[in-house]
Amino acid sequence: MAHVAGPAQFSGLQESSRTILDHYQQQVRTRRIYTVVSIVVFLIVLAASLDFANNANSGKFFERLPYFFDFIKSFVPNSPLEIFRAMFDLPSPYADGSIKFDYTSDRVWITDSFYIPNFFYQLAITLNIAIVSTILGSTGAFLLCFFASSNLVGSRAVRWGVRRIMEIMRAFPEIVIAGLLAAILSIGPIAAIIAVSFHTIGALGKLFFEVVENADMKPDEGLRASGASWLERVRFAILPQVLPNFVSYTLLRTEINVRASTIIGAVGGGGIGEVFSLSIGRDHAAKTYAIIILLLVTVICVDQFSAWLRRRLIGKQSFEFGRGAA
Amino acid sequence: MSNLAVNAADRERLLDAYPEAFHRSFMQRWGLAIAAVAVFVYLAFCFSFFNVIPTFVNGNWDRAGIYLQDWYSWRAQPRLRFQNGQVVPQWTSRRQYPEGAAIDWLKPASNGGYTVIFGNDDRLDVTPSQVDVYIDGKLYPVAIKGDRAILPAGAPARMVQDDNKVNVRFGFAGQAEIRSNQVYVQRRFLGWANFFFDTQSPFWGRSFTGVAGLMFFGERIDPAQSNASLALDNFLNNGSWQHGDILSKLMQTLVMAFVGTLFATLLAFPLAFVAARNITTSRPVNWGMKRLFDFLRSIDMLIWALFFTRAFGPGPLPGIAAIFFTDTGALGKVYSEALENVDDKQREGVKSVGAAPVIVQRYGVVPQVLPIFISQSLYFWESNTRSATVIGAVGAGGIGLKLLESMKTNADWDKVAYMVLLILLVVFVFDNLSNALRSRVMGKKGH
Repeated sequence: MAHVAGPAQFSGLQESSRTILDHYQQQVRTRRIYTVVSIVVFLIVLAASLDFANNANSGKFFERLPYFFDFIKSFVPNSPLEIFRAMFDLPSPYADGSIKFDYTSDRVWITDSFYIPNFFYQLAITLNIAIVSTILGSTGAFLLCFFASSNLVGSRAVRWGVRRIMEIMRAFPEIVIAGLLAAILSIGPIAAIIAVSFHTIGALGKLFFEVVENADMKPDEGLRASGASWLERVRFAILPQVLPNFVSYTLLRTEINVRASTIIGAVGGGGIGEVFSLSIGRDHAAKTYAIIILLLVTVICVDQFSAWLRRRLIGKQSFEFGRGAA
Repeated sequence: MSNLAVNAADRERLLDAYPEAFHRSFMQRWGLAIAAVAVFVYLAFCFSFFNVIPTFVNGNWDRAGIYLQDWYSWRAQPRLRFQNGQVVPQWTSRRQYPEGAAIDWLKPASNGGYTVIFGNDDRLDVTPSQVDVYIDGKLYPVAIKGDRAILPAGAPARMVQDDNKVNVRFGFAGQAEIRSNQVYVQRRFLGWANFFFDTQSPFWGRSFTGVAGLMFFGERIDPAQSNASLALDNFLNNGSWQHGDILSKLMQTLVMAFVGTLFATLLAFPLAFVAARNITTSRPVNWGMKRLFDFLRSIDMLIWALFFTRAFGPGPLPGIAAIFFTDTGALGKVYSEALENVDDKQREGVKSVGAAPVIVQRYGVVPQVLPIFISQSLYFWESNTRSATVIGAVGAGGIGLKLLESMKTNADWDKVAYMVLLILLVVFVFDNLSNALRSRVMGKKGH
């Protein structure tokens, strides 16, 4: 490109242009040195990290790689129909008394003749955990966020306190809350609900108060001029502006919480995550694939539904950017 | 306030001028109320579905207090056994004092018994035939007859007869269980016991200045190494706190997040160019690549983690792989959306001077999107630092697994608190680091 030009090309330049060219080339050279140095440092850090990770792992990467496909091979169900049978709790022709092929005993009977397949029931538990904790968490975040925004609360101390509370709620590891509650309340979905709600308050609270801080303050001034109280100003000036964004962030959070409640389930919160980690740990191929398919379909459906609802509520505005911040 | 009276003509005029304010549709008027009722009904349904009340009623609330106290305090629990007319303290393997140490709250008495001090006016004088309980300076002698400890008459509510034994509670300071053959004492202190050095270490029980003095000016304890390196070694290999192990597990978690996000970034970068409609013109290829991103993204990080844990065994490798696979999809999607929004003028400019296709992308597109790419990757790095902890708990190793193991014993809540503090600290540091990097890359305007 242009800046690799040799001196022959610029022989006709005047003295002042010459100086400018020299300075430019000097800058390019310095920049390149920085780039090379940072790439080298980066590679060293990366190599050290990989080496550390490989040494810390119980199976080494290159030792395990040849067996990787053996593992996949052992994970082939006897027939594709087995996945279907495992999903709907139908009796298997391969039944030999072991729990690997025992699909029927987990049926959840609603009436004497009607049952819900176990995996669907577990999926319903996980989804309900996600939805309940999103509702509880967004309510908490909604109540807190107004006290953290600088345009509504004058007191620096209150703002600082509320923001720190949110930060701690956001960063506090969910599994610790779930584990502590599991020790007190016994293992189950309630521990998962409280853990996920706790995190949701922190994560949504931050997004919410940033929305509130960006709100247009003219309606607020109007209400203040007519003598409205703080509560009335929040209700009639701020809320109508921020509500669409709040709803949109809450929907986005629902997607994340479906995933989070699956993971918390695997650690002992019940639901589909627990069933999944059991079946993959015991090499039950058909059950594992049935759960993977169910989870994949659920996650895609929830994502599509919430994307559709968000588009209806606030138009085309990409909120993928919020994912990392959340 | 003044009375806002509106005459009929004004009223008509206002109704005509602002129809949307006076004739609102049914959903506009009642939508919020209907939604609120629906949410309430749903919550009530879930309340019974998840058996909330029975679970809370059956919870071990008495243990909850102990678990929470364990976060910031520790308890010494010797058993004072009665052997041949003598009182012999017996410690479990979790003892916090070395053999033969002088303990200021547990002193042998001249008559062969032991004195346990719980506070200024609260103490136990233990002998095999009688335990003198002092509460607020008043004496309540518990006699031991046969296989039974007997509660004295007029004892306060803090002393309770429970079958053959007598329980005494001293509040935060601890409690004692008086049985016919032993007194089981629990004595609680604020803080974390033996946090720096365990009882095997020559530095145990010294003050901060004492340790510092010994480290830098003292005679060598171990002739093979200096005292400072011995102290570091003793600290990292502290038997009850396992600092070395915990720090290395924390490092594993950080490596998982860093390497996973980095690899995802490196792979998503070229793939996003393939998926972007304005850069690769073949529709089927765009479509295929976007569905690949969707597939990688939609399979939960949990599934990838468990899958690779089965393949590689527990450790950071499955964690790296799980983050790599999920985030290649997520970053690929975000990147390709950014690419589809680039300004075409710069590409045309580079193309018009006859540059090769790769050069067109390098100088016409990359400078526009690089700040967005880097900022997005930093966001993902930040959030992965948090999720790597949870991923670890399902089997990918790191601090998550360590946390889960410590919680399962139900006796290591102080260690859990320590790890939580470390995690909070690391998350805080990394948030600020990535914010600083982001504002450098994106300029001050933020994102």
